[in-house]
Amino acid sequence: MLSDELSQMGVVQALQACPGAVLDGKRERAELTLSIAPERIVEVCRFLKDQQQFIRLSGITAVDWHPMEPRFEVVYHLHSLERNERIRLLCKLDGAQPEIDSVYSVWRAADWYEREIFDLFGVSFRNHPNLIRILMPEDWVGHPLRKDFPIHGYKYSYQDE
Amino acid sequence: MSEISASAATETKRTMTLNMGPQHPSTHGVLRILLELDGETILKASPDVGFLHTGIEKECEVKTYQQVVPLTDRVDYLANLSNNLCYVLAVEKLLGMEIPRRAQWMRVMLTELTRINSHLVWLGTHAIDIGAMSVFLYCFREREDLLRIFEMFSGQRMMTSYFRVGGLALDAPRGWDKVVRKFIDQFPSKVDQYENLLTANPIWMQRTKDVGHVSLEDLIDIGATGPLIRAAGMSWDIRKSEPYSSYEQFQFQVPTQVESDVFARYQVRVAEMRESAKIVVQALEGMPEGPWQADSPHVVLPDRERMKTQMESLIYHFKIVTEGFSVPAGQVYQVIEAPRGELGYYVVSDGTNKPYRVHMRTPSFGNLMTMPNMLEGRLLADSIASLGSLDFVLGDVDR
Repeated sequence: MLSDELSQMGVVQALQACPGAVLDGKRERAELTLSIAPERIVEVCRFLKDQQQFIRLSGITAVDWHPMEPRFEVVYHLHSLERNERIRLLCKLDGAQPEIDSVYSVWRAADWYEREIFDLFGVSFRNHPNLIRILMPEDWVGHPLRKDFPIHGYKYSYQDE
Repeated sequence: MSEISASAATETKRTMTLNMGPQHPSTHGVLRILLELDGETILKASPDVGFLHTGIEKECEVKTYQQVVPLTDRVDYLANLSNNLCYVLAVEKLLGMEIPRRAQWMRVMLTELTRINSHLVWLGTHAIDIGAMSVFLYCFREREDLLRIFEMFSGQRMMTSYFRVGGLALDAPRGWDKVVRKFIDQFPSKVDQYENLLTANPIWMQRTKDVGHVSLEDLIDIGATGPLIRAAGMSWDIRKSEPYSSYEQFQFQVPTQVESDVFARYQVRVAEMRESAKIVVQALEGMPEGPWQADSPHVVLPDRERMKTQMESLIYHFKIVTEGFSVPAGQVYQVIEAPRGELGYYVVSDGTNKPYRVHMRTPSFGNLMTMPNMLEGRLLADSIASLGSLDFVLGDVDR
């Protein structure tokens, strides 16, 4: 749960408008991280953009915590130019069928970042307008940034050398 | 009947699909764009990236923290020192490290020289795309001087890896100040030379004014940063708003324009070169003396003299070389103002000697997303000027 110090912060207080959406939060090295319920992510992002001036999406990425469950963490870095503030949102997804709503409807910047995560982690984004691979070839098998994907790929094995 | 009318409708609206790239001189690397054309007008532009994807983020996960530094050079190979800086700042933030002033100022000076270097390559190639041949030769003349300076500092012209976690790789070489001084004293007059060739040139103005306009709201929403935003009227520079590496001690202006066209972007970048030159002069004149590496023996290699005479230094040396150093668990997102815009490194540590995850939020990736807005509904002939004004590096996009 949220610590007292954290609950005093402006953004966290404002987010009480979305009850139950913020699962956890911490402030480390002067960076605020909030853990968000995955099914509420679009609602929270829309609120932060419209009501809290977080008009920029700096980027989205993911972290694979294999073999832990929930396995994937989708990480959103939001930026408010007006308040000169940054905030990080985390959504935990489990490994069997990682899926989350796309925030493309909130920021168009999400387009390529979500495609990149889909390509390299195999996390799929509901309601994304064009969810296809972006960096790897179209016929590539597997998702290279997953921790169970070998660094040299499946094609070569360096075990015997 | 309906079939006939349908085919008649397609007959009147016949479009052509043109494949531009991946090997096209004006795409500055390997970028493929699928253009749907109606005569000379672009109806739809779909960029296809990934030809230069080298899996740098994956490779970072099997290297120790210090070994990742040379990989960051290869991300944006025209602004390698900016990438070095952003990465080491992120790791130093995780370690909670204090960096000596001399190292910080050296970093500022060299990243500003990198900005000049990157803008020179941009200006030269942008001008040659539009047909101004001689500017290219002048820009590369100055760039050669800069590469010699980088070589003097680091031993490498392009893949410098000069910034290390904890400070610099080496102290500045003997006589560095004379070389930098010689370059920076004559540099403003060189910028005047480029401007004499271009700024009031009627052909240049016709090719660049009112071309590639995108509104500020669209740019922010799509994720563009850096000179693109500043050419659209927003005075946002991370060196000012979230200063790092002692940028708050330097005086400089943030140049802006409001037109948000190719010409405005040109003006902003040329003005940035002049501002960078001012920062370099300040760093040169006020360069502090003292240590150039942090005082943390478990991270920074001891010097050879101490290593050979002191037992403890030898042990640290052995530990750092064989297994690197461990970084406390946690995550940081460090942003800096790279020549192309907001560069962010997201580093996740699980407490071991290798980063668990390194993500690079590169400026070219965000900027390239605005390309369809710049091209669609405009003339094909203007696409080259618009692409040039984006100033992307494909290594930076694909990583």
